[in-house]
Order: sequence, then structure tokens, then C-alpha cells
Amino acid sequence: MTIKAQYLGMPLDISELDGENLQYFRYCAEHDFHLQACSGCGLLRYPPTTACPWCANADARWVAVEGSGTVHSYVEVHHAIQPAFRDHVPYLVLLVDLDTQKGVPTAEEALRVVGNLTTADGVLAPPELVRKVGIGTRVRMAFSDVAPGLALPQWTFDETARQPATVWRYPQE
Amino acid sequence: MSVTSDLDATSPRYLRDKYAIVGVGETAYMRGSGKTTRALATWAVRNAIADAGLKPADVDGMLSYQSGDSTFSTFVAGDLGIRLNFYMDVFGGGSSTEALVGIAIGVIEAGMCKVVAIFRAMNGYSQVRIGGTGVRAAAPVSGDMLHGRAYGWQSAGQMFSPTFMRHMHDYGTRPEQVAAVKAIHSEHASNNPKAYYKERVTIDEVLASRMICKPLHLLDCCIETDNGNAIIVTSAERARDLRQPPVLIRGVVGRCSKPRLDMHYQHGPISTVAGRYAREILWPNAGVSPEEVDATGSYDAFTFTTMLQLEDYGFCKKGEGGAYVSDGTIRLGGRRPNNTSGGHLCEGYTHGINMVIENVRQLRHDADDSCPIGADGKRRHTYDYREGGCRQVKDVEVTANLGWAMPGTGSAMVMRRG
Repeated sequence: MTIKAQYLGMPLDISELDGENLQYFRYCAEHDFHLQACSGCGLLRYPPTTACPWCANADARWVAVEGSGTVHSYVEVHHAIQPAFRDHVPYLVLLVDLDTQKGVPTAEEALRVVGNLTTADGVLAPPELVRKVGIGTRVRMAFSDVAPGLALPQWTFDETARQPATVWRYPQE
Repeated sequence: MSVTSDLDATSPRYLRDKYAIVGVGETAYMRGSGKTTRALATWAVRNAIADAGLKPADVDGMLSYQSGDSTFSTFVAGDLGIRLNFYMDVFGGGSSTEALVGIAIGVIEAGMCKVVAIFRAMNGYSQVRIGGTGVRAAAPVSGDMLHGRAYGWQSAGQMFSPTFMRHMHDYGTRPEQVAAVKAIHSEHASNNPKAYYKERVTIDEVLASRMICKPLHLLDCCIETDNGNAIIVTSAERARDLRQPPVLIRGVVGRCSKPRLDMHYQHGPISTVAGRYAREILWPNAGVSPEEVDATGSYDAFTFTTMLQLEDYGFCKKGEGGAYVSDGTIRLGGRRPNNTSGGHLCEGYTHGINMVIENVRQLRHDADDSCPIGADGKRRHTYDYREGGCRQVKDVEVTANLGWAMPGTGSAMVMRRG
């Protein structure tokens, strides 16, 4: 069934034909992060695809994946383009290396999951939290609830993890 | 220039020097053109045909690229009375020009047509703004786009920036090093009467401009303009009796990509861009090495895109791009000037085609600066690169254009003076 919803006043939709994305976000709506695992080679992939990027096998099953990782890179947006984000600057878009399958199948590969920096309940992070996070920060997954069958996976500062002594931030600060 | 011997007619390198760019043309660079993209395209194509010394009826092929923001070949050909034997309008922005030159060579080689006009026309300021601002900013976010745009990750600057952040992290590259790209391109633009922004700016002014998205200050970002641009491609044989000294195409690469284009960040290192792959086609096919290139046109959507490409195409060692773009090498009078027209940062935004046009004029030794024009209609270049002066690169024989679509996709072309 097609999903049409609003998030921060921004229209989001997923077509009824788009089985992969519908299933992915349905798990997210249950705050339960799942990825496709290839039925052939067993590798996980992100974001959802219609075949395996490594072996082209079209069959996959959904498996639960732990939402924990390390910030690989980021962008800190000060001038929002989309009206939905104008009241939330500065905001961070994080590329996070999941702990699961990091460096597999080659050293340069990882499941790099996109998300904003949010509070633990999925609200875009306040400026003091934005300033605290950089490359190397340990994060865990949070979710922004949007509609039945749709929540966005997000990243929040992991209070329970051992954080590095310093994280890398943009030099001109 | 050393020319690699290549007698094997079955080699993909066989077309080296067999095709040429014989005409270039553009409109003014404007904000608020007051014209349709159809009118801009017609203006540019007509100028390019005239520059080549051709008549509209000599053109029988047409290619264009756009992102749902421009007119089509059918209208432009119709306006100029051109009957086409081949045409195609391709979806895409940056990194299209060089790819379409390759397609033009292919269709001429296949006997489908003889002379191809390639154009890009856009009201990039007054109609469809490339940064996604304006009406497109509030467009619905559907399906696969939920993994990006739903996070406020939509504009080119937002999408490309993790690449440069990671480059700074991995190699210690500094904001002031890439800011030098804007400062240097602004020097070049100050010697380009048609550039939209002709004022010189300093590195400090770039760093003091407001933050758009870290790592990009306002002046690290290219400008938005309204313009049309066109080039004419035909065989080297046909080029011989045309008006301009032919500029020969040594080799092209079209939309060469990193793995996983559905989200290229899955495959690292993310501080490496598609040029890392494209160079393995470009240099062998062109039969030259980066050392033999006299001037470059490395796409400057942002200051750091110029740097990342020069590095990954091998103009310096990996990780040393920051030094390369800030030590004077890429400045007029330096070892290998880049974007001598001022590029997208200063001249105007065209999705790459103006950088090809500039290198064609450079290879003709006829950059359209303010130097005096002689009785033969050619400029008498002074090679005095002070503000308002010359921008001709002395004795330039070989150029490279490095087109950029995004970190994961690039196109490239090597040309030489015929």
C-alpha cells in the first residue's frame, strides 16, 4: 500500500510498487533496524536494493542489524535549502560506519548509513549537541516517527559507549 | 608533446586526433536573461556555427544535455533551419560535455551524420536554480530519495561535502588551500571581459564569507547564471578547410564512475573521486601523461571539486591536492593554469561546457581577453596577467578537461592544438 506522509512539513511518499523501501521503513517504524542479507553470498547491503551489489543475486531476506557505529564523515548545514529544515539549522547529516560488516568484503567498504544527529527520541539535535560530534564519534540508532509504516532511522550520541578522547571537526572553528 | 605510436587499427585508441572541435560559441553570462532557453540555445549554436565558418545547413547532428530545465534539439534545429540526420537530448548536468563529445565522435564514425552541434542552455539563475533552491526545494521526497533528501541532504554542496570533510581528515588538507582556488579563478576572471564576476577576491575573503554548509563558505560555491553555450564537433579531415585552427580530440572519458552509484559512499575511500578510475582510460587513450598537460579545466562546482579531481587524475600525489591548488601551479603564469576563464566560480555556470570552450580558445592561442587585436583579427597577447590584462597561456599545446557530476561520476577529455 502506498505511503503518503508529512515529516517536518515535507511530503514523503513510497509507492506500493516499491516493496524494498516499504519493508525497510516498516521495520524502522517498529524501531527495529533490518537490512537485506543476500541469499547467495550472505552479505548485508544498504540502502535497500533489488539485487545484491556483490553477486547480483535477486533473493534476499531481512535480518535484524544492531544500530551502532562510528561517524565516518559529515556535513554541517547552516543554510538550509529545503523549507522543512530552515528552523533547524545548524543540523548535521552523518555518514556512519555500522559496526556490523565494517571492512567487508574489502577494507574500504562499510555499511555507511545516513542519518541526522538527533536526540535519543529522534528530534533534530540542538546546537550544543551538534558541536560535540565529529568524525570518530560513537553513535547509536534512534528513530523519527513519521506515520504508520514509516520512521526514519537517525543517529544519536551514544552516552553508554566509550567515546574517543577527541573527535575530528572542521578546522575553522 | 610525445605522441605514442599506435598503428593497430583495432585499438580503441585509433580515433585519437581523428576528430576536432571546430567551433565554439556562447551567449552573454547573465542573471535575468529575459529569454527562453530555446532563445539562449539558438543564440549559442548560431555563434558556434559562425565561429567555425560553417552554415547552419552544414550541421546535421545535434546533442544537448539538461535536467528537465531546458529546450530540446528539435526546437533549436527548427529555429536555425537545420535538417538533422541525428539528434539526442540527454538527461544530466556536470560531466556531460565530454561524454557527449565522445558520443558525437561515435555517431560520426558510424556514418550517422557528419557535423554535430552540442549545446547546454539554462536559466540557472532566473528559472531553475541548480542548488535546488526555489520551487524544487519543497518537492515531495519519494522512494529511494528518502535515504537522502528526507535528512535535508539534497543540494550538491550538501551531498558532496562528506567527501572533502574526509579528505581533510585523512590528509590534513586545509580550508585556506581550497579557498585559493576561488582566489586564483577570480584573478583569471578579471582578465575575461565576459565573466559574470570579474572582481578579484582574496583567500581571506573566501574564509570570511558566510558558512553555507561546513566545509563550504559562500565563496567556495559556484555562481548561478543564465546562459547558452555550444561547440561543434566534426572529423579532423573536415576541420582542415574550416575557419579556425582545428583543436584535435586526443581522448575522452564519459561518466566514468565509482562502484555503487545508488549510494557511492558505501565504497571507499570516500576522499577519492571517480577520476581515480577515469584516469586509467584517459591517459592511455590520449597517449599523454598529466606532466604533458599545459592547462586544465577541472570542474569548479566548489573549490574542493577542482582540487579532488586534479589529485585523482594524477596531477599530484594522492593527498597533496591542497598544496597543488595553492602553490601557484594553477595560476596564469604558473606551471599548469586551471580554468583560465574563471570557470563556474566566476565566469558563469554552464555544467562544464564553458570550460571546454575556454580550452579550445586557449589551444587556438586566441583567448578572448583585452589584448589588442591585430590586422589578421587575432589578438596580440602580452602574457601580462595583471588585472584587466592577458589570459592566454603561453605556448599551450595540450589541455585536459575534468568534468564532474558528483564524487562518484566524472568525464574527461584531452585536446591538443592541431
